[in-house]
Amino acid sequence: MRDGSGTPYHYRVVRQFTVATVVWGVVGMLVGVWIAAQLAWPALNFNLPWLSFGRLRPLHTNAVIFAFGGCALIGTSLYVVQRTCETRLAFPRLAAFVFWGYQAVIVLAAISLPLGFTSAKEYAELEWPIDLLLAVVWVAYAVVFFATIARRRTSHIYVANWFYGAFIITIALLHIVNSAAIPVSLTKSYSAYGGAIDAMVQWWYGHNAVGFFLTAGFLGMMYYYVPVQAQRPIYSYRLSIVHFWALIAVYMWAGPHHLHYSSLPDWAQSVGMVFSIVLLAPSWGGMINGVMTLSGAWHKLRTDPIIRFLIVALSFYGMSTFEGPMMSIKTVNALSHNTDWTIGHVHSGALGWVAMITFGAVYVMTPRLFDRRRMFSVGWINVHFWLSTIGTVLYIAAMWVSGIMQGLMWRAVNDDGTLTYNFIQELSERQPFYVVRLLGGVLFLAGTVLMAVNVWRTVRGDRDDNGDLNVLREAA
Amino acid sequence: MANHHAVIEKNIGLMIVLILVAVSFGGLAEIVPLFWQKATTEPISTLRPYSALEMAGRDVYIREGCHVCHTQMVRPLRAETERFGDYTVAGEDVWEHPFLWGSKRTGPDLDRVGLRPITEQWHREHLRDPRALVPESNMPAYPWLQHATVDWSTMARTLKVFQQQFGVPYSDQDIEAQMAKVGGEWADATEEDALVAYLLSLGQARREQRP
Repeated sequence: MRDGSGTPYHYRVVRQFTVATVVWGVVGMLVGVWIAAQLAWPALNFNLPWLSFGRLRPLHTNAVIFAFGGCALIGTSLYVVQRTCETRLAFPRLAAFVFWGYQAVIVLAAISLPLGFTSAKEYAELEWPIDLLLAVVWVAYAVVFFATIARRRTSHIYVANWFYGAFIITIALLHIVNSAAIPVSLTKSYSAYGGAIDAMVQWWYGHNAVGFFLTAGFLGMMYYYVPVQAQRPIYSYRLSIVHFWALIAVYMWAGPHHLHYSSLPDWAQSVGMVFSIVLLAPSWGGMINGVMTLSGAWHKLRTDPIIRFLIVALSFYGMSTFEGPMMSIKTVNALSHNTDWTIGHVHSGALGWVAMITFGAVYVMTPRLFDRRRMFSVGWINVHFWLSTIGTVLYIAAMWVSGIMQGLMWRAVNDDGTLTYNFIQELSERQPFYVVRLLGGVLFLAGTVLMAVNVWRTVRGDRDDNGDLNVLREAA
Repeated sequence: MANHHAVIEKNIGLMIVLILVAVSFGGLAEIVPLFWQKATTEPISTLRPYSALEMAGRDVYIREGCHVCHTQMVRPLRAETERFGDYTVAGEDVWEHPFLWGSKRTGPDLDRVGLRPITEQWHREHLRDPRALVPESNMPAYPWLQHATVDWSTMARTLKVFQQQFGVPYSDQDIEAQMAKVGGEWADATEEDALVAYLLSLGQARREQRP
């Protein structure tokens, strides 16, 4: 692949991460569709250890969060930091190590999780040698990113880089503290923390994997790609300052809402709940700043499917960051916890916000990275948009209904004080919702596959779907 | 205000430091005190350490991701204690490295499963073919566990780690006795044996306290 001729920037590693984003997106969502089908039809476990739900579910979450989302974040951050600092990437060879090291972590995860090597800690399942490799890769990534900022030719650091920077620093902190473990062999270790303390450390990590990986990082993405595609400046500079510092400070307190009514001491649960509710404000600050950037350019929503992706992503972000604080209220959580509602909530964020803002960024960035006039087919982007949106809505609506039904059936009592339903009566009611959820997932995956083909035909330099040449400069 | 913020926007070193400061309070405030709180550090008096067989079963439980669909945390809510048994207290879990509370109940809570009127044989048949016993179940079958013998190669080290690093009160004699069984009657134990032993151990610390 040609590197950088005709552009002052180092794009090679960005191109690699962009392609990896698309590939891992398809893979991770395919595993998701598969395990969704397993919940509806358990025969699909095939009585094989490496195909059983308990091993594949962590593979799905790791693949979509850290492979798809991670490649998107690293790739876009290395693009944005160059463009907004008006300088070439620092240490391109270290950046190459970041790419190949990160891919190695992903491949090791894809092998070790189906084999059953797991720490049991949600979203941090990888065993200690892979954790160590990831820590090294992450530090290298931080060096490349911050050294590039240090070499900037602009006087100010652009807001997108604040968010990317907070994401990089905090993920390093969370990963290292939460992954502390005592190994007994190359493939087995035990968490250094025990019981309620381990639970608190885990959800301090887990919630901030959401807060910094899936929120702050992707807000960094939003702060570049929304104004670029809308051709408008960010709505409010002052709002971006206030919500940035509030968001990163408040998020770190919110973890205990994952442990409501557990044996974690009450004071910690209450503190977690208060901060989770407060979190609504800085979250919506980001949404408002993004959506209002379009003020004066609303007509673009009609004509530009990429803008539509970005704005609908922000809408889902606003929706799930409203839902989250509501679910963190203890009385609501008493109903919602442990049910499919949580799964629906996660996916309104993961599909609606994270994936859609990523799709928008990929569509903005791909022609620029590969010297093309535009994406191969704008019509396909539009089809992808509707597949994603309808898929997400089907998914989350099915999980809302299923989850609330679970919560209500579990707590229903007869006049004499006995339970109305046994567990299996409730379980047998879930089947139709699991099928609708699967359908939503299939639609969403279909859209991602369409994007993959669109990216492929753009990169290959095919004539676009109007039959016009799509190559700006011939790639060597 | 914006003017003052420009100082940070022009100094990446300062920005990194301030980000670190901003993100550090939450964890310091919520995690650190737990290391000194009796509720989270003192085991309940009836808690006993796992046998080597139960520990091996717990490893199987982790490997197969049972915690992905089963919680081990009975919340102090009436419908939960009615359904599953006494609510969970932190003192039951101080030796749990890692904690296995879970976050999703695709299947029922298992924290008190050892107290239920379920036989060992039921567990075995249920693990081999859940739908033979519960037709509506969507749990995967685990038929391979009955054929796989437990890999004991790391057990001595595991027990030492729990004794020395995690403060679980195994005496040296306890560990010797456990390892003698590992070399003797449990040498050919299957992973199903181990997993069932673990499941039957769950909740036993609270048996005495039940009315």
